[in-house]
Amino acid sequence: MGSAATFAEDEAGRPDAAARRKRRASRRLTSLLLYFAFPGAVLIVWQILGAAGLYRRAILPPPSDIALVLFDLVSGLTGEAGRYSGTWLDHTLSSTWRVFAGFLWGGALGTLLGLLIGLSRVVEKLFDPTVQVLRNVPVTAWVPLSLIFFGIGNQPAIFLIGLGAFFPAVLNSTHGVRQLNRTLFKAAQMMGTNQREMLARVILPAAMPAVMTGLRLSMGIAWVLVVVAEILAVRSGLGYLLNDAYQFYRNDVVIASMLSIGILGFLSDRVVVFVRDRMLEWNRLESYDG
Amino acid sequence: MAEVALERVTKVFESRGARVTALTGVDLRIGHDEFVAIVGASGCGKSTLLNLVAGFEHPTSGTVRVDGAAVTRPGPDRGVVFQQSALFPWLTVRQNIAFGPSLAANRARTIRAPGVDQLLKRVGLAAFADHFPSQLSGGMRQRAAIASVLTIDPGVLLMDEPFGALDALTRSLMQDFLLELWEENRKTVLLVTHDIGEAVYLADRLVIMAGHPGRVREIVPVDLPRPRRYALQAEPEFIRLRDHVTRVVREEAAKAAAVEAESAAA
Repeated sequence: MGSAATFAEDEAGRPDAAARRKRRASRRLTSLLLYFAFPGAVLIVWQILGAAGLYRRAILPPPSDIALVLFDLVSGLTGEAGRYSGTWLDHTLSSTWRVFAGFLWGGALGTLLGLLIGLSRVVEKLFDPTVQVLRNVPVTAWVPLSLIFFGIGNQPAIFLIGLGAFFPAVLNSTHGVRQLNRTLFKAAQMMGTNQREMLARVILPAAMPAVMTGLRLSMGIAWVLVVVAEILAVRSGLGYLLNDAYQFYRNDVVIASMLSIGILGFLSDRVVVFVRDRMLEWNRLESYDG
Repeated sequence: MAEVALERVTKVFESRGARVTALTGVDLRIGHDEFVAIVGASGCGKSTLLNLVAGFEHPTSGTVRVDGAAVTRPGPDRGVVFQQSALFPWLTVRQNIAFGPSLAANRARTIRAPGVDQLLKRVGLAAFADHFPSQLSGGMRQRAAIASVLTIDPGVLLMDEPFGALDALTRSLMQDFLLELWEENRKTVLLVTHDIGEAVYLADRLVIMAGHPGRVREIVPVDLPRPRRYALQAEPEFIRLRDHVTRVVREEAAKAAAVEAESAAA
């Protein structure tokens, strides 16, 4: 088959703009349906089981109850959430603030130390063994000491969250420096880079994707630890709300808090991913589905 | 414009107690603006030789000189084109080409090279200036890599299997492209290749290397007229040279295989 014929076929086979738009819209609808199929099915089954009265409603309240409670938690309009009515925003702001404060100090310090460990054998020998041992201590094991040192309040919470955020940031940024392609390093040397240029224009940009992966993990851990910290060390936040509602047997509020934490964690991850994709367009293009 | 001289160069690699002599007693002189290709079976030390001139490796004994000065480290007077194009994936094609001239070391040198835009046009990538390397085909990437080296105006161009990762058609087109570039702006070129046809087509002289230990087996002048074009590859003289070189390289490869089998048995 001649190439001219092939091109002609392509030309004839090209759908007009309207048809293409329609096809794209239907594809978007299909993927939207797929996204919601599983959680939707879970909610429906849960609702039916809860409403059927097979077990006490208070143990596992159906989604409709949780929606009503969540509405009151946020708005304070119906009194459905009782003593917690209208407290959602305060708790959410407290948790979010702690997460970001901990993420900032832990992520920043971790990234800095990780880069230095990757760059310098001396720094590696000084700090890496300590990091490797300490990262195996679960952050929850630090709770007693942090309460003794900082007392009850924001400080131990932010300390614990930062500690959790610290380790993935260290490990990934070290890896980012180490995985620099040898050929790129040689090419940069050949071009005549001095040490400063090698660091700023070759090593650090090459390490950025790994650094961002570390920060993404740090953000995930920060949301795990804020709940732990708020159960044990503070009297506000979604973790505190969850634990307090548990004491008062308000499982609807417990589940509403869990849902809030899940959504906020998801949104925080989207923020990190958004920043990463803006900063590292090249890396997105290189990845499998770019 | 530069002259390269290797004087009794020996290179021994030591790893975990084992000593491997990659090169021994290599004497080689490459003149101003001469195009020299190095061929030989794999493991004969041809890449090591190129790395020594580039300054990535240091000779165990002997000296490598460029314009009389001993080579101690890599530098922009010796541009290297690697097999896997060494473009920075986070820079666009334009930024990659502009990288070299923006370095402090090169701002201090006098560079007689076309500007970035002119080079982009010359290598046929003007329309792709703002693309990232990952968005280019293999041939385009290699053209961008060549441009990013030409832009720092090296006296010597070192090429390590530059077209080895390309498909046969692209490779053939790239050879013609390299010839054109070289005829426009002559430089001393040292090309390492396993493609004997490519070596004969491009070079003024061929250095055939033998392995175990790596050394120069034969130097073959290529007296084919320039400018060379693709049709030359059908000429009897081209074919005669290519066959001669192929025969020598095959002989050496067979000997190397025998040595390897012997040392494996011992």
